[in-house]
Amino acid sequence: MDLIAPLMVQGLQMALVLALAPALTGLTRIVKARLVGRRGPPLLQPYRDLIRLARKDVVLADNASWLFRVIPYMVFAATWVAAALVPTFAKGLHFSWSADLIAIVALLGSARFFQALAGMDVGTAFGGIGSSREMMFAALAEPAMLLMVFSLALSAGSTQLSTVAEFMGGSAVGLRVSIAMGLIALVIVALAENARVPVDNPATHLELTMVHEAMVLEYSGRHLAMIELAASLKLVLYMSLIACIFLPWGIAGEGDGVIAHGAAIMLYLAKLVVGGAALGFFETSIAKMRVFRVPDFLGVALMLSLLGTLLLFVSRSL
Amino acid sequence: MSPVVLLLMASAAQIAVAVAAAFGARLRGAGVAVYGASLAISAFVFVVSLVHLVTAAAPAGVTLPLGLPWIGAHFRLDALSALFAALVGLGASAANLYALGYGRHEATPERVLPFVPAFLGAMTLVILADDAFAFLVSWEFMSLASWALVIAHHHDEANRRAGFVYVAMAGFGTLALLFAFGLLAGVNGDYAFSAMREAARGPTVSAFVLALALLGAGSKAGLAPLHVWLPLAHPAAPSHVSALMSGVMTKVAVYGFIRIVFDLSGAPYWWTALPLILGGAATAVIGILWATMERDMKRALAWSTIENIGVIFAALGLALAFRANGMLPAAALALTAALFHAVNHTVFKSLLFFGAGAVLTATGERDLEKLGGLIHRMPRTAFAVLVASAAISALPPLNGFASEWLLFQAILQSPDLPQWALKIFVPAAGGMLALAAALAAAAFVRLYGVGFLGRPRSEAAAKATEVDRFMQAAMLGLALLCLLFGIFPGYVIDALAPVVRDLAGTTMPGQSWREWFTIVPVSEGRSSYNGLLVFVFVLMSGSMAAWVVHRAASRVVRRSIAWGCGFDEPAPAAQYSASSFAQPLRRVFGTLLLAATEKVDMPQPGDMRPAGHAVTLTDHAWTAIYGRIAGAIDAIAGRLNRLQFLTIRQYLSFVFMLLILLLLALVLWT
Repeated sequence: MDLIAPLMVQGLQMALVLALAPALTGLTRIVKARLVGRRGPPLLQPYRDLIRLARKDVVLADNASWLFRVIPYMVFAATWVAAALVPTFAKGLHFSWSADLIAIVALLGSARFFQALAGMDVGTAFGGIGSSREMMFAALAEPAMLLMVFSLALSAGSTQLSTVAEFMGGSAVGLRVSIAMGLIALVIVALAENARVPVDNPATHLELTMVHEAMVLEYSGRHLAMIELAASLKLVLYMSLIACIFLPWGIAGEGDGVIAHGAAIMLYLAKLVVGGAALGFFETSIAKMRVFRVPDFLGVALMLSLLGTLLLFVSRSL
Repeated sequence: MSPVVLLLMASAAQIAVAVAAAFGARLRGAGVAVYGASLAISAFVFVVSLVHLVTAAAPAGVTLPLGLPWIGAHFRLDALSALFAALVGLGASAANLYALGYGRHEATPERVLPFVPAFLGAMTLVILADDAFAFLVSWEFMSLASWALVIAHHHDEANRRAGFVYVAMAGFGTLALLFAFGLLAGVNGDYAFSAMREAARGPTVSAFVLALALLGAGSKAGLAPLHVWLPLAHPAAPSHVSALMSGVMTKVAVYGFIRIVFDLSGAPYWWTALPLILGGAATAVIGILWATMERDMKRALAWSTIENIGVIFAALGLALAFRANGMLPAAALALTAALFHAVNHTVFKSLLFFGAGAVLTATGERDLEKLGGLIHRMPRTAFAVLVASAAISALPPLNGFASEWLLFQAILQSPDLPQWALKIFVPAAGGMLALAAALAAAAFVRLYGVGFLGRPRSEAAAKATEVDRFMQAAMLGLALLCLLFGIFPGYVIDALAPVVRDLAGTTMPGQSWREWFTIVPVSEGRSSYNGLLVFVFVLMSGSMAAWVVHRAASRVVRRSIAWGCGFDEPAPAAQYSASSFAQPLRRVFGTLLLAATEKVDMPQPGDMRPAGHAVTLTDHAWTAIYGRIAGAIDAIAGRLNRLQFLTIRQYLSFVFMLLILLLLALVLWT
C-alpha cells in the first residue's frame, strides 16, 4: 500500500492532465467567442479535432528529415513529463523528486528547442521566422521564469515543487512583495510561452503575425495532433503551476484518503475553469502587440522577478 | 612506479613523437603514425590520471635535475592535477582519434604534425609542474606550440593576424603570471609551490596576485575583456586543434587559475569573489551574444567557449565567496559545479569542433550561409552534433544541464552570505547566467538549424558526403559521454570529490550510492534531480505516444512539396538564413551590447542596381581597450622615431647620462 497509493496518484495525475488539456483549450475558446458575441465551438471540439488530425495522412515536405518526424513525439513527451510533475490535486506525486522546478523549466526549454529546430527543418521562410522569434521571446522569458523560481525557492527553502506548494499553503507566508512580483512575472511568462494574445495569436493564420503557428506550419496529420496536444498540455501545466503556487488550497496531502483526493480533484477542476475563463477574458480585452514590443513586455517580467529575488536576498539579513 | 613519473614519461614521449614528426612529416603514413602514437600516449595519460583521481591516492611528487641549477624542476600529481590531466588525456585521445581521419585532408602536414604532440605534452607538463619555473616554461611552451598551429595555414591573411594577436596576448599573459608568482614567492624568492603555500601575505599582495592571475590565466581562458584573441585564434587552427584549444587548453588555463587562487594564495578574502562572479557572468552573456551573431561556424563555437568559461569562472567566484565566509558545504557545491562544467565543456565543445571540421571536410565551407541540409547527407555527424548542441544548451537529461543545475543550486545558497555587495551582485549574476543559458539555446538552434537542417544553400553543401569512420567514432563516442554524464551525474560528482575536498575543505554529500542515481546537492527536502529517470520517462512516453498513434490512428506518410504560398520551387536563398535568424536578438540586445548598426541601401524605383543591407557589429573591448593601447603605442613610436637619426655624439651623451642616472639611483637607494 505504501508504494501503490503514490504510484496511483502519479498515474491518475498523468492521465488527468492529458485528458483535461484539450478541454481547457476548448473552454478558453468558448469564453472568447461568447465575449465577442459568437456562440463558439462546443467544449469537445478540440478532442474531435485531435482525433480527426490523428486519422489523416501525414503530408511531409520533400526534404523533411527524420528529425522532423521524431520531434512531435519528443515535444509531446517532454511537455507531458513536465506536466506530470506539477502537483495538480495531490502533493504526494511519486516521482516529484526526480525533477525540481528548475528541471521542469528546462524540460519545457527542451521542448521549445526541438520545436524551433523543426521549424528550420523544411527550409521555408515561415518556419524560420517562427523559430527565430520564438527563441528571441524565450531568451527573455526563460531567465524571468528562472529568477521567479529562485525567489520561490528562497522563500520556501526548496526547489521541489511539492515542498513549495506545501509552504505556500501554510500560514507562514502572508503577503510578500517578492511573491506578488513573482506572480505577475509568471503570468507574463505564461502568456508568452503559451503563445497567447498580447504576444502571439493562437487563432491567426496570417503569416507575418504568427510565431508559434508559423513554426509548426509544415506539420500535418498525426504530427500536428501531437503538437496541438502538447500545446494544450503546456497551457494546463502553466495554469496548474500558477494554481499550485499561488492558490495552493485544497491540494490533497500524502496521507489523505480517497474522498479527500476526490474533493481535491473537484477543486482543481474549479481552479482550471476559473483560470480558463480569466484567460479568455484577458485575451479579448487586450490587443496583440507588435513583435518588437514583446521584449518590453517580457522585460517587465524579467525586471519584476529580478527585483523579487533581490528583495529576498537583501531582506535575509534585516 | 609513481604515477607522476609515468605521466612525465608520457609527456617526454609526446615530445619525442613531435621531434620525430618534425623530421618525418613528409613521409607516407606519417600522419597515421604520429596521431596513432599520440593517441596511445593520451589514452595512457587519461587512464593513469583517472585511476589516481578515483582512488583518491596520496599526492606524489618528484624532483628532476632539470632547469635552474641547484633548484631542479619539481613535479607533483595531486587530485586537482589528476583531474585536469585526465581531462587533457580525454580531450587529446578524442582529438587524435578524430585526426586519424581528419589529418588526411591536411595539405601541409609538416606544419601541423610536429606541433600537435608537442602541444599535448606541454599541457600535461603545465598541469604537473610544482614550481613556478617549470610551470612558466611549460606554459610558454604550450602557448608557442599552439601558436604554431594557429598559423599553420599562414597563406590566409586572417590567420596571420590571428597568430599575431594570439602571440601578443599569450606573451602578456605569461608576463602577468610571472609577476603573480614573483609576488607569491615573496622576498625569499622560493619558487617551489610548497613554499608558496606556507607563506603568509596581506590583503594588498593577495589583491595583486588575484589581479595578475586573472590577467594571466584569464587571458588564456578567454575571460572578457581579455577574450579578443580567442575567436580569431581558435578557429584559425585545423579543426582537431581548435577542439584541443577550446576544449582542453582553456581548461589548462582554468587549472592555472585554480592552482594560484585556491591553492597557493592561502585563505581567500571575500572580495576576491566579486570580480570573478561579475566578470564571469558578463563574459557569459557577451560571449553567447556574439555566438548568436557569428556567421562563421567555427568562430561561433569559439564565442560559445567564452560563454562557458564565463560560467566556470562565475561558479569559481561563488566557491571563493562561500569559502571565505566559512560556508564550506556551499563552497563544495559551487566548486563541484565549476569543475563539472569544465569536464562537460571539454566533452561537448570538442565534439562541436569535430562536427565543424567534418562539415569543413565535406563541403569546404565554414560560412553558415552556404550550408544547409547536411542532416540528409551526413546523418551520423548531424546526430552527434545535435546531441552536443542540446547538451551545451543545458537541456535535460544531458550533461550540460546537470552542471548548470548544480550551479543554480549553489546560487540558491548565497542569501546567507553576510556581505552586502555579494547579496546584491550574486542574484544579478544568477539572472545573467540564466540569460546566457537561454541565449545559448538560441545560438545553437541557429547553428544547427541553418547548418544542418533546411535546404542546401550552396553546391558544395548539396554534394556533401559523410566523413570517414575515425571521425565518426570520435564524434559519436563523445556524444555518448554527453548522455552518460547527464544521466549518471552522481558518479562524476563523486569522482570530483577528492579535488573538492582539497580545495574547499569538505565535499558534497556522496551521490553514487543513492537509489536510482538521484543527485541531492544539499538535503533531500531541498532539491534533487534524477537525469536517468527524466530520460527514461521522456523516452517511454514519447515511444508510447508514437506507438498508440501508429496503432490506433494513421501510419500513412505522403511526400509533397513544402508550402510556398503558390511558388512551388522557391530558391534556397528564400530560407531563413543565419543573419535573419539573429535579427530579432540583434535588435533586442545587440544595439547596446554589440553596438550593432544596420545600413540599408534601397535604390529608387527605376534604378536597376541591387539593393544592399549591411550590418556592422563592434566588440567594445577592441574600441575601448585594445584600440587605445595600439594607438598609444603607435603615437609613442612615432615620437621616438626621431631618435633613429641622431649623430654619434648625441648617442654617446645619452649613454653617459644614463650611466649618471643609474649611479644616482644606486646612491639614493642605499
